[in-house]
Amino acid sequence: MLQVYGGRTLSRIAYVYEWIFRSIPALVLIFLFYYGPAKFGWFISAFQAAVLALGLRSSAYQSQIFRGAIEAIPAGQMLAARSMGMGRFRAVVSIILPQAFRLSIAGWTNEFSSVIKDTTLVYAAGYTEILRTARAIYDTRIYLTMPTLILVALVFLVFTYGGNRALGLLERKISTPGLQMPGRAGRTERV
Amino acid sequence: MSLLKAEEIHKRYGKEEVLKGVSISLERGETKVIIGPSGTGKSTLLRCINQLTPPDQGRVWLDGEELTRPHADINALRAQIGFVFQSFNLFSHLTALQNVRIGPRKVRGMKKDEATKLAMEELDRVGLAEKAAAYPAQLSGGQQQRVSIARALAMSPKLILFDEPTSALDPELIGEVLDVMIGLAKDGMTMLVVSHEMGFARSVADEIVFMENGVVVEQGTPDKMFRDSEHPRTGEFLRKITELYGETES
Repeated sequence: MLQVYGGRTLSRIAYVYEWIFRSIPALVLIFLFYYGPAKFGWFISAFQAAVLALGLRSSAYQSQIFRGAIEAIPAGQMLAARSMGMGRFRAVVSIILPQAFRLSIAGWTNEFSSVIKDTTLVYAAGYTEILRTARAIYDTRIYLTMPTLILVALVFLVFTYGGNRALGLLERKISTPGLQMPGRAGRTERV
Repeated sequence: MSLLKAEEIHKRYGKEEVLKGVSISLERGETKVIIGPSGTGKSTLLRCINQLTPPDQGRVWLDGEELTRPHADINALRAQIGFVFQSFNLFSHLTALQNVRIGPRKVRGMKKDEATKLAMEELDRVGLAEKAAAYPAQLSGGQQQRVSIARALAMSPKLILFDEPTSALDPELIGEVLDVMIGLAKDGMTMLVVSHEMGFARSVADEIVFMENGVVVEQGTPDKMFRDSEHPRTGEFLRKITELYGETES
């Protein structure tokens, strides 16, 4: 939003934010957030560090998804809104964002899967997430190694399926009749 | 006092001066049609009038209020000027009804049921009441343009600017849009139209304005312009364009 509509300063800030959080590997970010504040006497848990690191990182990616969507809206939409006397803010809220939101869902499903999967990285910071739990099981019972890991994989399959399914339903719910790709969602004929 | 007055409008894009001091005025209820070769600045002039493209120099007044004044409430002034685009620019995520209703709702602050009633009336006026629930992508070009005219009308504008409203349409769809515009002219709407439709210009315009290379070459009643234009370029252009597009009287 800031990159498209913000002034020069705001769009710079947004640019730097995105540059930082999209460039640093997730694992490094988690460590930075885990050990960094501790240096200043502010101890946060591995869980909190992970939430911050993955959350901020994901927001940087999401903002790019959203920027792409906003910029895909034809300029005529803004012109038409302004020409009828809408202010810039009103036009963005009423005309641009609803359309951009619809366009960004596809990108969001990707990002959703990534974030879910990245949670395993907290393992390295010592947090007992799913993979560490699994490890605790198969460390002492070697014969359970594969079954446990397969179970872990299944959990992720279920999570991402559920999330993507929900986003897919949302996408269909807010799709604009006549605008979707041919053959999509069984509403228009395949060409 | 003229309803619209634009004085000495200059606009430059990089090195090229698109408008070189154009002045134009409209009386209440008047229809003027601007004609001229493409790239002459006709569309730019319309956008300079409602400040979608602010002019580099020159002043514009609507009903005595200056749009080009610094700190003018441009949104309030634009709300009084309808604009119909060549490419319709209907809001693609809204139905025809919502497209027409959104201006009264969000700009005028009208109540929802009141705005709905008004929007239905305007859709009916352009003959599309039965398409109220359709989305732009489900409408033909001619229907989309009629919805966009209804969208402009719903704001009860003092005048409407038309930027080549039929140029993007298939020939068989042009008539339905021109019919709506002819109806508006008869109802006393003030209209400034950039168009190549000579039949429309001849039968509806109070005055035709011929522009070329960023200046107004000549203006006058259709009779004068078609029969004995003063400027040789005017006659030449009119003949050429009539040959090209025919003179579809609608």
